[in-house]
Amino acid sequence: MKSFQTRVLILGGGATGTGLARDLALRGVSCLLAERRDINAGASGGNHGLLHSGARYVASDMEAAVECREEGAILKAVAPQCIEDTGGLFVAVEGDDEQYVADFEGMCKKSLIPARQLDLGEARELEPLLSEKLISAYAVEDGAVDPFMLSLDNMAHAMTHGAQSIRNAKVVGFSMGDGRIQRALFLDETSGESFEVEADLIVNATGAWAGLIAALAGAEIHILYSSGSLLVTQDRLTKRVINRLRKASDSDILVPGGTVSVLGTTSVTIDSPDDCRPTVAETDQIIEDAQAMIPVLATTRYIRAYAGVRPLVLSGESGDARSVSRGFSLIDHARDNVDNFITITGGKLTTYRLMAEKTADMVCRKLGVKAPCLTRTESLPASTMGRWTEPGLAPKSWVRNRDEDDLILCECEMVSRNSIDSIIENMPGMRGNSMLKAIGMRSRVGKGPCQGGFCGLRITGHLYDQGHVSEAQGLMELKTFVGRRWRGFSPVLWGLPMVQADLQEALYCGALDMELDHNTDDFTCEDDE
Amino acid sequence: MTKNDDIYDVMVIGAGFAGMAAALFASAQGLKVVQTGATGGIDFSTGFIDLMGVHPIAEGKRWKNPWSAIEAVVQDCPNHPYGLLSCDEIFESVALFTRFLAEQGLEYIGHTDRNTCSLTPAGTIKRTYRVPKTAWNGSVALGKKAPTLIVDFYGLKGFSGVQLVETQKHHWPELKTVRIQFPSGRGELYPEHMAWALADPAVQEKMIAAIMPHAVDVEYIGFPAVLGLNDPQKVVDHLAALSGKKIFEIPTMPPSIAGPRLRAVFDRGLPAQGVRTHSQKLVTSVKELDSGMFEFSVGTGAAMLPVVAKKAILATGRFFGKGLRAERKKLVEPVFDLPVVQPETREQWHEQDFFAPQGHPVNSAGIEVDERLRPIGQSGRPAYDNLYAAGAILAHHDWMRMKCGAGLAIATAYKAVKELTR
Repeated sequence: MKSFQTRVLILGGGATGTGLARDLALRGVSCLLAERRDINAGASGGNHGLLHSGARYVASDMEAAVECREEGAILKAVAPQCIEDTGGLFVAVEGDDEQYVADFEGMCKKSLIPARQLDLGEARELEPLLSEKLISAYAVEDGAVDPFMLSLDNMAHAMTHGAQSIRNAKVVGFSMGDGRIQRALFLDETSGESFEVEADLIVNATGAWAGLIAALAGAEIHILYSSGSLLVTQDRLTKRVINRLRKASDSDILVPGGTVSVLGTTSVTIDSPDDCRPTVAETDQIIEDAQAMIPVLATTRYIRAYAGVRPLVLSGESGDARSVSRGFSLIDHARDNVDNFITITGGKLTTYRLMAEKTADMVCRKLGVKAPCLTRTESLPASTMGRWTEPGLAPKSWVRNRDEDDLILCECEMVSRNSIDSIIENMPGMRGNSMLKAIGMRSRVGKGPCQGGFCGLRITGHLYDQGHVSEAQGLMELKTFVGRRWRGFSPVLWGLPMVQADLQEALYCGALDMELDHNTDDFTCEDDE
Repeated sequence: MTKNDDIYDVMVIGAGFAGMAAALFASAQGLKVVQTGATGGIDFSTGFIDLMGVHPIAEGKRWKNPWSAIEAVVQDCPNHPYGLLSCDEIFESVALFTRFLAEQGLEYIGHTDRNTCSLTPAGTIKRTYRVPKTAWNGSVALGKKAPTLIVDFYGLKGFSGVQLVETQKHHWPELKTVRIQFPSGRGELYPEHMAWALADPAVQEKMIAAIMPHAVDVEYIGFPAVLGLNDPQKVVDHLAALSGKKIFEIPTMPPSIAGPRLRAVFDRGLPAQGVRTHSQKLVTSVKELDSGMFEFSVGTGAAMLPVVAKKAILATGRFFGKGLRAERKKLVEPVFDLPVVQPETREQWHEQDFFAPQGHPVNSAGIEVDERLRPIGQSGRPAYDNLYAAGAILAHHDWMRMKCGAGLAIATAYKAVKELTR
């Protein structure tokens, strides 16, 4: 069995895990980040991409509101490439709670969150799709963040400072001894290979999976899994983030994300974080609810749905989390008699940096490292690893560096073969199995109206040509990729997406027989009766 | 007023396999036929004609003999559209269809009572009933595992010889590949343009010259299906003569040349048989005249034209062909607003797994018909005495997983025409 050694082992490659890797690397602490699937495969890739001004939490959680305000300002300053500073509106429509509307401005003031009342005509001029039944509107400093670029840039920066990463690494157990974790045992589910890691200290940053991972070390955290579904529209509907001015509830935020808009979310308690997937019922509910705010949402074309799972740490068992913040939980498992084990979970994308900072502080304290946190002031450099997630970059680059022999492999998002090669090249330590999914995670591939139907096949061919996949592996990866896109595609199948899905199935099943088992030696059609 | 001359015997609504077959069979009966319809399944076809290949789909059981498969499916799923036909009728319909294609220069080959295995562009092996003659040598080479060279081209995306070799190498060790520069042109290549270029014998010679050094030890040479648009067999024969090897084509992913080849056959063959075609136009409304005839509005705006017909065949396909429309809460049939047999709610349309072997329930949704292929209306009786339906729009089949798409389209079109002339 392969064995690795590191000072700090970080479990989980979401915003917190990658942010922590960067924080530690900047403090000169060597670390290895191990991710079960891929960067942002959990909640960090399944959220709105909303950089909160804090206004959403002014009524329910003032501390979280202030944290969002402060962290939002820091991120706009240090990682501008990941953020579109769109600004946001809070709007109420006829029938909404007028008391909440009346209290809103005062509550924002209390948390020092800028909010400017707009006259209704001005609001509709700024965002023409707003309902005619508007009764109140405020401008706030919300923004949109590309969570993939954010995590990839964090990881890239961490790696330039010596951090390492490994994906497709599922923790299957810990070997315990002397009140500590001696070794973490891993399985690469895509290749079936096992390996182990020895570390001085292990941080559990697995988000919704934190309770399950902690249990492997005999520690207990009770987590409520709250699944939230979101819808992606075909076009970008508004310039700004639009929030419903009411007590935080379902389906009341529309966030621009490059060329599309993201609408959500729901909140459904599920039994296991692995059960998280968007459903038809949630899709319908989101559309029914949100059209009060923006009526065109009833008839707009949706490209896909997706879901993420919020880890809500149940109170009473969150250890010293409360001393840090109500928003997230930082747990030193010395309390469970596991001395070199820390869990960080809960929180929000907007506050990921603060979560990483507090965790790194605890790590350094335990390791006796004195170096201070630098992420509050140090710029997060834009990386080639994260750049291809930007909508519109691939076509721009294709036009700019026009090469006669280049080919557009993803026609929806205009991603060319050279861009794919550049994405692969910039996956240091990230190669191996599930290449196609990894490319999808790091670019716009599969995110357009065809949802991987055509580009999936073309890119698979290219991966074979380049020797990145061999034997049946490429076909298996293609099936996994298409299956994964299907999770988000199947809830929005009416109108044109249904036509697209019909064509996709005719291609993969009708023409290519890919649903059948091809692991057979039969070439002669002699195998029946 | 419509003059008598302008009244058609049959209006065929749809231009996919079922619509083309219906227009062909009806005109062959001497009927005055008009046909309309936009791009249908035929344009995205592989060029293969599937008859019946897999049943029960949940078990993924593949059949050598399509007739045994049809017998089994009709026994297990009595509502399957094949249950409305005898095997003789199905056989006859496919024979007439492929004979017409052959007369137009597009010859098909297959066994009478055995499916043929063929390589797909993904590297999987597909069973089908009839393959274009230009693909036939590929099935022979596959069966014999003969020494074979797959040629592909710089600039043709979605076709990888390496992928074919990698996916097949354990089964077919003597399969190898080479990628060459297409003789006329660099950059991104499209099958249709390549096919035009390859109609020129000089281009063929140049191409073969580039290939031959790699083909010394092979018996067969396989190409993506780009070997000519109108007369691919001529190109294949010439390449065979030039190389001394057996030549074949492998379908490419859509948009491929197989669709345009089939469409071209119908575009020239049907008008020659007297069929009036309004291609790329949809029926926008229909009304039943006092005489019992139908008056259709075809197209929109200034280009809209009325068509009056005594009888009609609805062959509009499923969602891709626009025969069924998915609304957020239900499926509808947009031309006649016929009842659509369907799962109760949208939640039940699809399985969670795209490749679910049992298939998605929505695939078995569609129009129900009586034993004469007349769509059933709200009352539970035929909606009209003179309206028939054929092809994928029919309920109770999953052509994509059963591998019965073209066969079902052709056979039900044949039956609809037969009933309509009774």
